[in-house]
Amino acid sequence: MKLKIDRSAESHSREARRPSRLRIGMAAACLGAFIFCGCRLDMHIQPKYLPYEPTSFFADGRSERPPVPGTVARGQLRLDELFYTGRENGVLVDKFPFPITRADLERGRERYNVYCTPCHDYTGSGQGMIVRRGFPQPPSYHIQRLRDEPAGHFFEVMTDGFGAMYSYAARVEPADRWRIAAYIRVLQLSHNARISDVPESERSQLSQSSGNQNSAQSTGQAQ
Amino acid sequence: MGQIFHRSTNMVSRISIYGAVLIIAALAYALYAIAMSPWYTNVGVKLQQPVPFSHRHHAGELGIDCRYCHTSVENSSFAGVPPTQTCMTCHSQIWTNSSMLEPVRASYRNDTSLEWQRVNALPDFVYFDHSIHIAKGVGCTTCHGQIAEMPLTQRAGTLYMSWCLDCHRQPEKNLRPKAEVFDPFYQPPSRLHAVTVDGMEFTDQLTMGRYLRKEYKVASLQYCSTCHR
Ligand code: HEC
Ligand code: HEC
Ligand code: HEC
Ligand code: HEC
Ligand code: HEC
Ligand code: HEC
Repeated sequence: MKLKIDRSAESHSREARRPSRLRIGMAAACLGAFIFCGCRLDMHIQPKYLPYEPTSFFADGRSERPPVPGTVARGQLRLDELFYTGRENGVLVDKFPFPITRADLERGRERYNVYCTPCHDYTGSGQGMIVRRGFPQPPSYHIQRLRDEPAGHFFEVMTDGFGAMYSYAARVEPADRWRIAAYIRVLQLSHNARISDVPESERSQLSQSSGNQNSAQSTGQAQ
Repeated sequence: MGQIFHRSTNMVSRISIYGAVLIIAALAYALYAIAMSPWYTNVGVKLQQPVPFSHRHHAGELGIDCRYCHTSVENSSFAGVPPTQTCMTCHSQIWTNSSMLEPVRASYRNDTSLEWQRVNALPDFVYFDHSIHIAKGVGCTTCHGQIAEMPLTQRAGTLYMSWCLDCHRQPEKNLRPKAEVFDPFYQPPSRLHAVTVDGMEFTDQLTMGRYLRKEYKVASLQYCSTCHR
């Protein structure tokens, strides 16, 4: 009977493969099965590392190793300065590295709603739920200074963080960061649009769809 | 030759025959009850975590989206447990004196891992992938239960093979519109509560499920190699 005693330390760690009660149950079942055929847990607990599984091999106990400094993994060569930093020749620019389509804006809205609304809220005025619970209030996107900032600034804030706000680079892909930046532009526009900005052909729909949008936003905020 | 056994032993043999059947049935039932009990399946059991993290607080009351913390759930097999940095995006500023959060701060200071206990875990011989389920309209709460009402995270399903197959045989019983996948308070359609998909109102899970199944091209995957590969 081969119960891997040496790995039992794992039950106190993040990746306890199966809670210990189950192990006991399994061991008891095995004991019964042993009479007939013996028992192994090899297939339940295989000698491989799943995400986050701890190891005793490295001093910090992590089986996921950080790449050696200076490593450039395939597909991670970041030569495109505009796309990865929002700058050209070191200066923040007010343009997007790829053409923004309606699908991009919708993706931007979705990502914005997931990652930014807890603090910046659904309209961008900076009254999100976490702010109401005591987080420092971010500036509204609709103040003149932020309306004048280049798009690259929003990308950079998300990438590097800004003051009390942490970086979102680990959670939001660069392309999605640009889409969020584009959606912030949409929010800004929405607070300062005039009827003459709307193409003639769309105006008749306006009263109807703005009604929908408002209700979508208020349900979102109510959450 | 006289009879070896007295007549009355007929009764004993009858009792022992029926008794054996009963005992076997009782044993089988006991085994089943044990296999389905929380003691064995861990359903509803709260684990000792380094920080008493509450989904009811964060996902329920504060309304933070699952993806804010479980970032990789949409495009990888693994949903991901948030790194300490994610907690610190908020807790660097709020509840900074809370003693409950000291392990989080210590982990951030010293660059050590927070060692969360796994609530849901499959044996290594099973292949599971979150992204396909999300992409085909299976909601988090279908498998993980009312997570936004749990002060401490607990397992909601047995994770037995039959649990997976019950759904794989008839996915339409559990599908929901893709827009609702992350909503922890989603209610399936009922006569009192209609769910709108593509402009159509549904008041019945099966009708909606069949429609969604066609729309999202959901297969019924029962080959062994789907999950054992
Ligand atoms: C945990 C709360 C929180 C979240 C979530 C958050 N922010 Fe912020 N943000 C802040 C705070 C606080 C500030 C003000 C920082 C300061 O001035 O110290 C800020 C400032 C900003 C600014 C203004 C910078 C300036 O020039 O003044 C932008 C733009 C911004 N955030 C964008 C975003 C975007 C985009 C997201 C989503 C990816 C996001 N934020 C998510 C808290 C948050
Ligand atoms: C503020 C961050 C945060 C948010 C938002 C969040 N979670 Fe979690 N989740 C965690 C942490 C931390 C853990 C690990 C501790 C635990 O198990 O309670 C976890 C654990 C889990 C687990 C159990 C993992 C295991 O060990 O098997 C499930 C399932 C889960 N979350 C689902 C969800 C769902 C569904 C949502 C959205 C409704 C959600 N979470 C929102 C942080 C979060
Ligand atoms: C988006 C912001 C946000 C994130 C991210 C976040 N929290 Fe919180 N957390 C809060 C807020 C706000 C409260 C206070 C809730 C209230 O006031 O009702 C809180 C409360 C708590 C409490 C209760 C503190 C006490 O003393 O009562 C714990 C424990 C906690 N969080 C743990 C975590 C952990 C662990 C993580 C990382 C997985 C995390 N939080 C991530 C916003 C956040
Ligand atoms: C089809 C059922 C199903 C759905 C839908 C589902 N999960 Fe899971 N989840 C599981 C199973 C099974 C595990 C255990 C996986 C393992 O042990 O490999 C798990 C594990 C997890 C974990 C622990 C880390 C990991 O990936 O193993 C987290 C966190 C989690 N789920 C969050 C979520 C969130 C958030 C959603 C919704 C976006 C979700 N799950 C949807 C079945 C599901
Ligand atoms: C509530 C419903 C539901 C449950 C429960 C469920 N699944 Fe699924 N699963 C689905 C659907 C729907 C699909 C998508 C079928 C398709 O591809 O059209 C799927 C697909 C899969 C795939 C195919 C992924 C690929 O890359 O081909 C795997 C593997 C899988 N499920 C494993 C599991 C395992 C293991 C469990 C149990 C721990 C489980 N599922 C539980 C609904 C479910
Ligand atoms: C939808 C996913 C899925 C499919 C399809 C599937 N299985 Fe499983 N199987 C599982 C899961 C999950 C477990 C682990 C159950 C547990 O932990 O108790 C399992 C466990 C098993 C076990 C028990 C192993 C042990 O030692 O406990 C056997 C044997 C098995 N499966 C055989 C099969 C065969 C044969 C088929 C094809 C007819 C099949 N499975 C199809 C998900 C699946």
